[in-house]
Amino acid sequence: MMSQYLFYFLTFVAIFCALLVVFSKNPIYSALFLIVTFFATAGHYFLLNAQFLAAVHVIVYAGAIMVLFIYVIMMLNLNREVEPHKSTAIKIAATVCGCILGLVLVAALRETEMSAISEYSNPGIGLIERLGNVLFGAYMVPFEISTVLFLSAMVGAVFLSKKSIH
Amino acid sequence: MLSPEIIYKIILILAVFTVTLVVAMWSTYAERKVAAVLQDRLGPNRAGPWGFFQPVADGLKMFTKEEFIPGTADKQLFILGPCLAMLTALMTGVVIPWGGDLTFGGHSYKLQITDINIGILYLLGVVSVGVYGIMIGGWSSNNKYSLIGALRASSQMISYEIAMGLALISLVMMTGTLSLGEIVHQQDAGWANIVYQPLGFLIFIICAFAETNRAPFDLPETESELIGGYHTEYSSMKLGFFLFAEYINMFISSAIIASLYFGGYNFPFQHSLGLEGNALSLVQTFVFFCKVFFFIFFYMWVRWTIPRFRYDQLMNLGWKTLIPLAILNLFITGIVIGFRNGFFQ
Repeated sequence: MMSQYLFYFLTFVAIFCALLVVFSKNPIYSALFLIVTFFATAGHYFLLNAQFLAAVHVIVYAGAIMVLFIYVIMMLNLNREVEPHKSTAIKIAATVCGCILGLVLVAALRETEMSAISEYSNPGIGLIERLGNVLFGAYMVPFEISTVLFLSAMVGAVFLSKKSIH
Repeated sequence: MLSPEIIYKIILILAVFTVTLVVAMWSTYAERKVAAVLQDRLGPNRAGPWGFFQPVADGLKMFTKEEFIPGTADKQLFILGPCLAMLTALMTGVVIPWGGDLTFGGHSYKLQITDINIGILYLLGVVSVGVYGIMIGGWSSNNKYSLIGALRASSQMISYEIAMGLALISLVMMTGTLSLGEIVHQQDAGWANIVYQPLGFLIFIICAFAETNRAPFDLPETESELIGGYHTEYSSMKLGFFLFAEYINMFISSAIIASLYFGGYNFPFQHSLGLEGNALSLVQTFVFFCKVFFFIFFYMWVRWTIPRFRYDQLMNLGWKTLIPLAILNLFITGIVIGFRNGFFQ
């Protein structure tokens, strides 16, 4: 029962703040509401017994990526007056695209069975020990390949940011 | 009806909260006295014997000063900044084991608010969101110096978090657990972790200095370049919160260093003293606080001894020295664990 109330509370916070991200005029406010949304999502992970995922979600998204976002917004010093406005045609196109994406998501989720999520059948499913065994056991090769992908992305970013190479 | 367990937790939370605030208050006094000793001065000596009530006088002064919000500042965020700084500073205290178990009426109670099994990740999470107070405060002031201070704070904290995380991963690999209670408990049986992880400890303590924005890493508030850095526009108790959060961070990070690398509340020969149960726990808590106070003193000692880095030196140290060293430490730890498990035979 308790987790039911928590679920509704977190869902409300997540959706409300996600809307504020879009509707805030000031980019700093948008970024801050996005952080609150990330925290609410992390709470959902906790409810699903995925503790590791929740902690890493906070560390990586709320702690690292959003700090860099806000850093860039502060550097560029964006505010209401200088924010460039797109033309009306682009705004209409964006709205139509968003609605179509929403339609696809609703169509995909309409047939899913929701009962599997609410049962919390295995309390140990998200523990780090189990996750580590799965990642370094059954999914060893995909995991290692994705790490190599990250490494190459990092090297690429460093290479691109270098202005001149002697 | 509340169960005894919940009442105990509430009392413990209040106790930890109070102790944190009191220690942080008198740390400001200790800082000025340590600075005075190192510079051959007297330090504060007017309020009470040896100036002992100076923190109380400072607190009253902060509360009674004029509350000023600049006209061009973003009001909500200007107030939110110091609140967030205080909040994140106080959040870490819940996972620290302050002593052994206490027994009342046949029930055993842990002197730790919660021993979550992702304790280390919780620490890293709180540390990683800890920068928002300074960033929001610095940006919302609408002042160039504050903004530069906030930018410096954010880039510094992001840079040093990486090395700190890597140093912690070596420790986690060695102990095989992410729970702080378990890490401290393991050091009861064997040596303190500093013996196995000297390099990891060195990296961790340097990063802890950088994360708490203490000298020689206090670039976000360099008074000679940026007036007051991120808190230039702040006055009254909002400034007090920012300054106070730094001392709380110092206390909490000292407690974390003591727990992770110096055996926490354990001390040598603790089981051959003939002490049992609650008496032993109280002695352990006393020993733990001695260790914590030593590290707080160490923070002050370093601040009044080593001059501040230049900004590029700070970044070079973080990215080109500490991160490679932390990766080397990780590598060595991995090889040693492999040898111990007979992987190479």
